[in-house]
Amino acid sequence: MLLTRLLMISLGAIFAENFVLVKFLGICPFLGVSKKTETAFGMGFAVVFVMVCASALTWLVNQLLVLCNIEYLQTIAFILVIAVLVQFVEMFLRKNIPPLYNSLGIYLPLITTNCAVLGVAILNITKFADSTTSFLDSVVYGGAAGLGFTLAIILFAGVRERLENADIPEFLKGMPIVLITASLLSIAFMGFSGMSF
Amino acid sequence: MDIIFPCAIVGGMGLFFGIILALASKIFAVKEDERIPMIVEALPGANCGGCGYAGCAGYADAIIKGEAKCSLCAPGGSKSAERIAEIMGVSAEKVDKKVAFVACSGATDVAETRYIYQGLNDCNYANRLGGGPKSCKYACLGLGTCVKACPTGAISVKDGLAVVDKEKCIGCGVCVKECPKNVIKLVDYSAETLVKCHSLDKGKKVKENCSKGCIGCGICAKNCPEEAITMENNLAVIDTEKCKNCGLCVEKCPQKTISVI
Repeated sequence: MLLTRLLMISLGAIFAENFVLVKFLGICPFLGVSKKTETAFGMGFAVVFVMVCASALTWLVNQLLVLCNIEYLQTIAFILVIAVLVQFVEMFLRKNIPPLYNSLGIYLPLITTNCAVLGVAILNITKFADSTTSFLDSVVYGGAAGLGFTLAIILFAGVRERLENADIPEFLKGMPIVLITASLLSIAFMGFSGMSF
Repeated sequence: MDIIFPCAIVGGMGLFFGIILALASKIFAVKEDERIPMIVEALPGANCGGCGYAGCAGYADAIIKGEAKCSLCAPGGSKSAERIAEIMGVSAEKVDKKVAFVACSGATDVAETRYIYQGLNDCNYANRLGGGPKSCKYACLGLGTCVKACPTGAISVKDGLAVVDKEKCIGCGVCVKECPKNVIKLVDYSAETLVKCHSLDKGKKVKENCSKGCIGCGICAKNCPEEAITMENNLAVIDTEKCKNCGLCVEKCPQKTISVI
Protein backbone atom coordinates (compact mmCIF):
# COMPACT_ATOMS: atom_id res chain seq x y z
CA MET A 1 0.00 0.00 0.00
CA LEU A 2 2.74 2.39 1.02
CA LEU A 3 4.81 1.35 -1.99
CA THR A 4 1.96 2.06 -4.42
CA ARG A 5 1.46 5.42 -2.79
CA LEU A 6 5.14 6.33 -3.13
CA LEU A 7 5.14 5.17 -6.75
CA MET A 8 2.12 7.34 -7.48
CA ILE A 9 3.83 10.31 -5.83
CA SER A 10 7.02 9.89 -7.85
CA LEU A 11 5.30 9.28 -11.21
CA GLY A 12 3.15 12.32 -10.59
CA ALA A 13 6.17 14.49 -9.74
CA ILE A 14 8.17 13.34 -12.76
CA PHE A 15 5.49 13.57 -15.44
CA ALA A 16 2.09 15.07 -14.64
CA GLU A 17 3.44 17.68 -12.23
CA ASN A 18 6.85 18.16 -13.81
CA PHE A 19 8.45 21.05 -11.97
CA VAL A 20 9.83 22.84 -14.99
CA LEU A 21 7.37 22.12 -17.74
CA VAL A 22 4.08 22.04 -15.83
CA LYS A 23 4.68 24.03 -12.64
CA PHE A 24 7.14 26.47 -14.31
CA LEU A 25 9.59 26.42 -11.41
CA GLY A 26 13.35 26.58 -11.92
CA ILE A 27 13.16 28.09 -15.41
CA CYS A 28 16.45 29.97 -14.96
CA PRO A 29 18.77 26.94 -14.81
CA PHE A 30 16.51 25.19 -17.32
CA LEU A 31 17.25 27.85 -19.93
CA GLY A 32 20.75 28.70 -18.75
CA VAL A 33 22.45 25.32 -18.43
CA SER A 34 20.74 23.44 -21.28
CA LYS A 35 23.16 24.28 -24.09
CA LYS A 36 24.97 20.96 -23.95
CA THR A 37 23.69 17.54 -22.88
CA GLU A 38 26.73 16.93 -20.67
CA THR A 39 26.24 20.03 -18.55
CA ALA A 40 22.51 19.35 -18.47
CA PHE A 41 23.26 15.95 -16.94
CA GLY A 42 25.51 17.53 -14.28
CA MET A 43 22.95 20.18 -13.42
CA GLY A 44 20.10 17.66 -13.34
CA PHE A 45 21.79 15.31 -10.91
CA ALA A 46 22.97 18.19 -8.72
CA VAL A 47 19.32 19.25 -8.48
CA VAL A 48 18.19 15.70 -7.57
CA PHE A 49 20.83 15.60 -4.86
CA VAL A 50 19.99 18.98 -3.36
CA MET A 51 16.23 18.39 -3.54
CA VAL A 52 16.43 15.13 -1.60
CA CYS A 53 18.64 16.68 1.10
CA ALA A 54 16.53 19.85 1.24
CA SER A 55 13.28 17.88 1.53
CA ALA A 56 14.57 15.96 4.50
CA LEU A 57 16.04 18.97 6.26
CA THR A 58 13.12 21.34 5.67
CA TRP A 59 10.75 18.71 7.04
CA LEU A 60 12.70 18.82 10.30
CA VAL A 61 12.81 22.61 10.31
CA ASN A 62 9.08 22.72 9.71
CA GLN A 63 8.52 20.56 12.79
CA LEU A 64 10.45 23.14 14.77
CA LEU A 65 8.42 25.99 13.28
CA VAL A 66 5.14 24.24 14.07
CA LEU A 67 6.32 23.59 17.58
CA CYS A 68 7.07 27.27 18.11
CA ASN A 69 3.83 28.29 16.36
CA ILE A 70 5.59 30.45 13.78
CA GLU A 71 4.74 28.70 10.49
CA TYR A 72 4.47 32.07 8.74
CA LEU A 73 8.28 32.30 8.82
CA GLN A 74 8.42 29.23 6.55
CA THR A 75 9.84 30.98 3.48
CA ILE A 76 12.69 32.81 5.17
CA ALA A 77 13.61 29.81 7.32
CA PHE A 78 13.63 27.46 4.31
CA ILE A 79 15.78 29.79 2.21
CA LEU A 80 18.25 30.00 5.08
CA VAL A 81 18.32 26.24 5.56
CA ILE A 82 18.70 25.43 1.85
CA ALA A 83 21.48 27.98 1.35
CA VAL A 84 23.40 26.62 4.32
CA LEU A 85 22.81 23.04 3.21
CA VAL A 86 24.17 23.67 -0.27
CA GLN A 87 27.22 25.47 1.07
CA PHE A 88 27.87 22.69 3.53
CA VAL A 89 27.45 19.94 0.95
CA GLU A 90 29.80 21.75 -1.41
CA MET A 91 32.52 21.90 1.22
CA PHE A 92 31.94 18.32 2.27
CA LEU A 93 32.13 16.98 -1.29
CA ARG A 94 35.23 18.99 -2.06
CA LYS A 95 37.11 17.47 0.82
CA ASN A 96 35.77 13.92 0.88
CA ILE A 97 34.51 12.97 -2.59
CA PRO A 98 36.53 15.01 -5.14
CA PRO A 99 35.26 13.12 -8.22
CA LEU A 100 31.65 13.95 -7.34
CA TYR A 101 32.69 17.53 -6.57
CA ASN A 102 34.32 17.88 -9.98
CA SER A 103 31.18 16.75 -11.78
CA LEU A 104 28.58 18.52 -9.62
CA GLY A 105 30.63 21.21 -7.89
CA ILE A 106 30.22 24.07 -10.30
CA TYR A 107 26.45 23.61 -10.43
CA LEU A 108 25.86 23.48 -6.69
CA PRO A 109 26.18 27.23 -6.02
CA LEU A 110 23.77 27.84 -8.89
CA ILE A 111 21.05 25.90 -7.08
CA THR A 112 21.41 27.69 -3.74
CA THR A 113 18.35 29.85 -4.15
CA ASN A 114 16.72 28.03 -7.03
CA CYS A 115 12.95 28.45 -6.82
CA ALA A 116 12.39 24.79 -7.73
CA VAL A 117 14.21 23.71 -4.55
CA LEU A 118 12.30 26.17 -2.39
CA GLY A 119 9.14 25.12 -4.26
CA VAL A 120 9.62 21.46 -3.42
CA ALA A 121 10.17 22.32 0.25
CA ILE A 122 7.00 24.38 0.52
CA LEU A 123 4.88 22.00 -1.55
CA ASN A 124 6.00 19.13 0.69
CA ILE A 125 4.51 20.89 3.70
CA THR A 126 1.12 21.67 2.12
CA LYS A 127 0.87 18.43 0.14
CA PHE A 128 1.63 15.95 2.90
CA ALA A 129 0.18 17.84 5.88
CA ASP A 130 -2.33 15.08 6.68
CA SER A 131 -0.10 12.13 5.81
CA THR A 132 1.16 9.88 8.59
CA THR A 133 4.35 9.13 6.67
CA SER A 134 5.00 12.71 5.67
CA PHE A 135 8.78 12.50 6.07
CA LEU A 136 9.15 9.58 3.65
CA ASP A 137 6.63 11.16 1.28
CA SER A 138 8.59 14.42 1.30
CA VAL A 139 11.92 12.80 0.53
CA VAL A 140 10.47 10.66 -2.28
CA TYR A 141 8.64 13.64 -3.72
CA GLY A 142 11.86 15.68 -3.58
CA GLY A 143 13.85 13.01 -5.39
CA ALA A 144 11.16 12.50 -8.02
CA ALA A 145 10.82 16.24 -8.58
CA GLY A 146 14.58 16.38 -9.17
CA LEU A 147 14.37 13.48 -11.62
CA GLY A 148 11.56 15.30 -13.44
CA PHE A 149 13.80 18.36 -13.67
CA THR A 150 16.65 16.20 -15.00
CA LEU A 151 14.39 14.59 -17.60
CA ALA A 152 13.13 17.96 -18.78
CA ILE A 153 16.56 19.62 -18.98
CA ILE A 154 18.17 16.67 -20.80
CA LEU A 155 15.35 16.45 -23.35
CA PHE A 156 15.60 20.18 -23.88
CA ALA A 157 19.40 20.14 -24.21
CA GLY A 158 19.08 17.47 -26.93
CA VAL A 159 16.68 19.66 -28.86
CA ARG A 160 18.89 22.71 -28.41
CA GLU A 161 21.95 20.90 -29.72
CA ARG A 162 20.05 20.22 -32.93
CA LEU A 163 18.79 23.80 -33.05
CA GLU A 164 22.40 25.07 -33.06
CA ASN A 165 22.83 23.77 -36.60
CA ALA A 166 19.36 24.44 -37.93
CA ASP A 167 18.67 27.20 -40.39
CA ILE A 168 16.57 29.52 -38.21
CA PRO A 169 14.97 32.74 -39.54
CA GLU A 170 16.92 35.80 -38.39
CA PHE A 171 14.19 37.22 -36.13
CA LEU A 172 13.87 33.94 -34.19
CA LYS A 173 17.56 33.37 -33.58
CA GLY A 174 18.78 33.02 -29.99
CA MET A 175 16.31 33.26 -27.11
CA PRO A 176 13.03 33.44 -29.10
CA ILE A 177 13.42 30.00 -30.66
CA VAL A 178 14.57 28.58 -27.31
CA LEU A 179 11.45 29.88 -25.57
CA ILE A 180 9.19 28.57 -28.35
CA THR A 181 10.81 25.14 -28.08
CA ALA A 182 10.41 25.18 -24.30
CA SER A 183 6.72 26.01 -24.59
CA LEU A 184 6.14 23.21 -27.12
CA LEU A 185 7.86 20.77 -24.77
CA SER A 186 5.72 22.11 -21.95
CA ILE A 187 2.52 21.51 -23.95
CA ALA A 188 3.65 17.94 -24.54
CA PHE A 189 4.13 17.41 -20.80
CA MET A 190 0.78 19.00 -20.03
CA GLY A 191 -0.68 16.07 -21.96
CA PHE A 192 0.24 13.76 -19.08
CA SER A 193 -2.33 15.32 -16.81
CA GLY A 194 -5.15 14.54 -19.24
CA MET A 195 -7.42 16.74 -21.29
CA SER A 196 -10.11 17.51 -18.71
CA PHE A 197 -9.78 20.67 -16.72
CA MET B 1 6.90 39.67 22.86
CA ASP B 2 5.16 38.57 19.66
CA ILE B 3 7.94 40.17 17.65
CA ILE B 4 10.91 39.23 19.78
CA PHE B 5 10.25 35.49 19.85
CA PRO B 6 10.19 34.84 16.05
CA CYS B 7 13.13 37.20 15.58
CA ALA B 8 15.07 35.29 18.20
CA ILE B 9 14.23 31.96 16.56
CA VAL B 10 15.30 33.04 13.07
CA GLY B 11 18.28 34.94 14.41
CA GLY B 12 19.26 31.96 16.47
CA MET B 13 18.99 29.69 13.46
CA GLY B 14 21.15 32.10 11.47
CA LEU B 15 23.77 32.17 14.21
CA PHE B 16 23.69 28.39 14.60
CA PHE B 17 24.09 27.76 10.87
CA GLY B 18 26.74 30.45 10.66
CA ILE B 19 28.81 28.71 13.31
CA ILE B 20 28.32 25.34 11.57
CA LEU B 21 29.53 26.79 8.25
CA ALA B 22 32.49 28.49 9.90
CA LEU B 23 33.49 25.22 11.54
CA ALA B 24 32.90 23.27 8.32
CA SER B 25 35.14 25.60 6.34
CA LYS B 26 37.92 24.84 8.84
CA ILE B 27 37.32 21.09 8.96
CA PHE B 28 36.82 20.61 5.24
CA ALA B 29 39.51 23.05 4.10
CA VAL B 30 41.29 21.81 0.98
CA LYS B 31 44.88 22.78 0.44
CA GLU B 32 45.44 24.07 -3.06
CA ASP B 33 48.85 24.42 -4.59
CA GLU B 34 49.64 28.13 -4.46
CA ARG B 35 51.36 27.92 -7.83
CA ILE B 36 48.07 27.18 -9.62
CA PRO B 37 46.70 30.76 -9.43
CA MET B 38 50.16 32.04 -10.41
CA ILE B 39 50.19 29.88 -13.54
CA VAL B 40 46.61 30.85 -14.39
CA GLU B 41 47.80 34.45 -14.12
CA ALA B 42 50.61 33.78 -16.60
CA LEU B 43 48.24 32.22 -19.15
CA PRO B 44 46.23 34.40 -21.52
CA GLY B 45 42.89 33.25 -20.11
CA ALA B 46 41.20 32.65 -23.46
CA ASN B 47 40.05 29.18 -22.32
CA CYS B 48 40.38 28.03 -25.93
CA GLY B 49 41.24 24.42 -25.06
CA GLY B 50 44.02 24.31 -27.65
CA CYS B 51 46.38 22.68 -25.14
CA GLY B 52 44.02 19.73 -24.80
CA TYR B 53 42.81 20.53 -21.27
CA ALA B 54 39.53 22.03 -20.09
CA GLY B 55 40.41 25.72 -20.07
CA CYS B 56 43.40 27.55 -18.62
CA ALA B 57 42.75 26.38 -15.04
CA GLY B 58 42.69 22.75 -16.19
CA TYR B 59 46.01 23.23 -17.96
CA ALA B 60 47.53 24.89 -14.88
CA ASP B 61 46.39 21.92 -12.80
CA ALA B 62 47.98 19.49 -15.28
CA ILE B 63 51.29 21.39 -15.18
CA ILE B 64 51.40 21.18 -11.37
CA LYS B 65 50.68 17.46 -11.53
CA GLY B 66 53.53 17.09 -13.99
CA GLU B 67 51.30 15.72 -16.77
CA ALA B 68 51.76 18.62 -19.17
CA LYS B 69 54.71 20.53 -20.57
CA CYS B 70 55.06 24.26 -20.00
CA SER B 71 55.00 25.11 -23.68
CA LEU B 72 51.60 23.79 -24.78
CA CYS B 73 49.87 27.17 -24.71
CA ALA B 74 49.88 28.48 -28.28
CA PRO B 75 48.08 31.80 -27.61
CA GLY B 76 50.48 32.72 -24.80
CA GLY B 77 53.48 31.81 -26.92
CA SER B 78 57.00 31.93 -25.54
CA LYS B 79 56.06 34.69 -23.08
CA SER B 80 53.66 32.44 -21.16
CA ALA B 81 55.99 29.46 -21.43
CA GLU B 82 58.83 31.46 -19.87
CA ARG B 83 56.68 32.73 -17.01
CA ILE B 84 55.40 29.21 -16.28
CA ALA B 85 58.87 27.72 -16.47
CA GLU B 86 60.02 30.37 -14.01
CA ILE B 87 57.22 29.45 -11.58
CA MET B 88 57.90 25.74 -11.96
CA GLY B 89 61.67 26.24 -11.78
CA VAL B 90 62.55 24.56 -15.07
CA SER B 91 64.09 25.96 -18.25
CA ALA B 92 61.72 27.18 -20.93
CA GLU B 93 61.35 25.74 -24.40
CA LYS B 94 60.98 28.08 -27.32
CA VAL B 95 57.52 28.33 -28.86
CA ASP B 96 57.05 29.58 -32.40
CA LYS B 97 53.91 31.55 -32.98
CA LYS B 98 51.56 29.56 -35.18
CA VAL B 99 48.47 30.61 -37.07
CA ALA B 100 45.72 28.63 -38.75
CA PHE B 101 45.70 28.48 -42.54
CA VAL B 102 42.99 27.13 -44.85
CA ALA B 103 44.73 24.98 -47.48
CA CYS B 104 42.04 25.32 -50.15
CA SER B 105 41.22 27.84 -52.89
CA GLY B 106 37.84 26.33 -53.69
CA ALA B 107 35.53 29.33 -53.47
CA THR B 108 32.05 28.93 -54.99
CA ASP B 109 33.07 30.18 -58.46
CA VAL B 110 36.32 28.18 -58.45
CA ALA B 111 35.30 24.72 -57.26
CA GLU B 112 32.82 22.54 -59.15
CA THR B 113 29.77 21.31 -57.25
CA ARG B 114 28.09 17.93 -57.58
CA TYR B 115 24.74 18.66 -55.96
CA ILE B 116 22.82 21.38 -54.17
CA TYR B 117 23.08 20.99 -50.41
CA GLN B 118 20.10 22.12 -48.39
CA GLY B 119 20.72 20.45 -45.04
CA LEU B 120 21.85 21.74 -41.67
CA ASN B 121 24.37 24.55 -41.72
CA ASP B 122 27.26 22.48 -40.49
CA CYS B 123 30.26 20.93 -42.24
CA ASN B 124 29.99 17.66 -40.29
CA TYR B 125 26.46 17.03 -41.56
CA ALA B 126 27.34 17.96 -45.14
CA ASN B 127 30.42 15.76 -44.99
CA ARG B 128 28.25 12.74 -44.16
CA LEU B 129 26.31 13.19 -47.42
CA GLY B 130 28.93 11.68 -49.69
CA GLY B 131 31.63 14.07 -48.51
CA GLY B 132 29.76 17.29 -49.17
CA PRO B 133 28.47 19.15 -52.22
CA LYS B 134 31.85 20.11 -53.71
CA SER B 135 33.28 17.78 -56.39
CA CYS B 136 36.75 17.81 -54.83
CA LYS B 137 36.75 15.55 -51.80
CA TYR B 138 39.49 17.61 -50.17
CA ALA B 139 37.69 20.96 -50.51
CA CYS B 140 36.64 23.31 -47.74
CA LEU B 141 32.87 22.99 -47.41
CA GLY B 142 32.48 26.57 -46.24
CA LEU B 143 29.57 25.96 -43.86
CA GLY B 144 31.40 27.51 -40.93
CA THR B 145 31.93 24.76 -38.37
CA CYS B 146 35.36 26.31 -37.74
CA VAL B 147 33.77 29.78 -37.42
CA LYS B 148 31.62 28.51 -34.54
CA ALA B 149 34.59 26.76 -32.92
CA CYS B 150 37.00 29.72 -33.08
CA PRO B 151 37.34 31.35 -29.64
CA THR B 152 38.58 34.68 -31.00
CA GLY B 153 36.34 35.15 -34.04
CA ALA B 154 39.29 35.06 -36.41
CA ILE B 155 37.60 32.90 -39.06
CA SER B 156 34.94 34.03 -41.49
CA VAL B 157 33.39 32.39 -44.55
CA LYS B 158 33.72 34.28 -47.84
CA ASP B 159 32.27 32.83 -51.08
CA GLY B 160 31.98 29.34 -49.63
CA LEU B 161 35.54 29.29 -48.31
CA ALA B 162 36.80 29.76 -44.77
CA VAL B 163 39.25 32.63 -44.37
CA VAL B 164 41.52 33.11 -41.34
CA ASP B 165 42.39 36.58 -40.09
CA LYS B 166 46.08 36.13 -39.32
CA GLU B 167 46.17 38.98 -36.80
CA LYS B 168 43.22 37.76 -34.74
CA CYS B 169 44.29 34.09 -34.83
CA ILE B 170 45.97 32.89 -31.63
CA GLY B 171 47.04 29.55 -33.07
CA CYS B 172 45.17 27.41 -30.55
CA GLY B 173 44.32 24.78 -33.18
CA VAL B 174 40.70 24.25 -32.13
CA CYS B 175 39.54 24.71 -35.75
CA VAL B 176 42.10 22.14 -36.91
CA LYS B 177 40.49 19.54 -34.68
CA GLU B 178 36.96 20.62 -35.58
CA CYS B 179 37.27 20.58 -39.40
CA PRO B 180 35.89 17.29 -40.84
CA LYS B 181 37.91 17.80 -44.04
CA ASN B 182 41.23 18.48 -42.26
CA VAL B 183 41.64 21.44 -44.55
CA ILE B 184 42.93 23.78 -41.85
CA LYS B 185 46.59 23.54 -40.88
CA LEU B 186 48.80 25.35 -38.40
CA VAL B 187 51.65 27.22 -40.06
CA ASP B 188 54.35 29.56 -38.79
CA TYR B 189 53.20 33.14 -38.38
CA SER B 190 56.18 34.27 -40.48
CA ALA B 191 55.28 32.01 -43.43
CA GLU B 192 53.81 34.13 -46.21
CA THR B 193 54.00 31.99 -49.35
CA LEU B 194 51.67 29.02 -49.02
CA VAL B 195 50.02 26.39 -51.20
CA LYS B 196 46.28 26.93 -50.98
CA CYS B 197 45.36 23.34 -51.80
CA HIS B 198 45.79 19.98 -50.14
CA SER B 199 44.34 17.68 -52.80
CA LEU B 200 46.31 14.49 -53.38
CA ASP B 201 44.40 13.72 -56.60
CA LYS B 202 46.13 13.41 -59.99
CA GLY B 203 46.35 16.56 -62.08
CA LYS B 204 43.56 15.64 -64.52
CA LYS B 205 41.05 15.00 -61.76
CA VAL B 206 42.01 18.19 -59.91
CA LYS B 207 41.45 20.21 -63.09
CA GLU B 208 37.99 18.73 -63.53
CA ASN B 209 37.03 19.62 -59.98
CA CYS B 210 38.61 23.00 -59.45
CA SER B 211 40.19 25.75 -61.50
CA LYS B 212 42.72 26.69 -58.78
CA GLY B 213 43.82 23.35 -57.31
CA CYS B 214 47.39 22.08 -57.30
CA ILE B 215 47.82 19.74 -60.28
CA GLY B 216 51.23 18.55 -59.17
CA CYS B 217 53.04 19.83 -62.29
CA GLY B 218 56.21 20.61 -60.34
CA ILE B 219 56.94 23.91 -62.08
CA CYS B 220 57.28 25.67 -58.73
CA ALA B 221 59.73 23.05 -57.46
CA LYS B 222 61.92 23.45 -60.54
CA ASN B 223 61.90 27.25 -60.37
CA CYS B 224 62.45 27.74 -56.66
CA PRO B 225 65.92 29.29 -56.17
CA GLU B 226 66.08 28.06 -52.56
CA GLU B 227 64.93 24.52 -53.40
CA ALA B 228 62.31 24.95 -50.69
CA ILE B 229 59.51 23.25 -52.65
CA THR B 230 59.15 19.48 -52.97
CA MET B 231 56.48 17.42 -54.68
CA GLU B 232 54.74 14.89 -52.44
CA ASN B 233 51.79 12.82 -53.70
CA ASN B 234 50.89 15.23 -56.52
CA LEU B 235 51.04 18.20 -54.18
CA ALA B 236 53.59 20.99 -53.81
CA VAL B 237 54.91 21.32 -50.27
CA ILE B 238 56.80 24.43 -49.19
CA ASP B 239 59.47 24.12 -46.52
CA THR B 240 58.85 27.30 -44.54
CA GLU B 241 62.35 27.22 -43.04
CA LYS B 242 64.00 27.48 -46.43
CA CYS B 243 61.43 29.74 -48.12
CA LYS B 244 62.54 33.34 -48.53
CA ASN B 245 59.16 34.57 -49.78
CA CYS B 246 60.67 35.71 -53.08
CA GLY B 247 57.35 35.17 -54.87
CA LEU B 248 58.78 33.43 -57.93
CA CYS B 249 56.59 30.34 -57.45
CA VAL B 250 53.49 32.53 -57.08
CA GLU B 251 54.30 34.02 -60.48
CA LYS B 252 55.11 30.70 -62.16
CA CYS B 253 52.24 28.55 -60.84
CA PRO B 254 49.93 27.89 -63.82
CA GLN B 255 46.92 27.29 -61.57
CA LYS B 256 47.56 30.26 -59.26
CA THR B 257 47.37 27.87 -56.32
CA ILE B 258 50.35 29.30 -54.49
CA SER B 259 49.64 32.68 -53.04
CA VAL B 260 50.96 35.20 -50.58
CA ILE B 261 48.88 35.67 -47.46
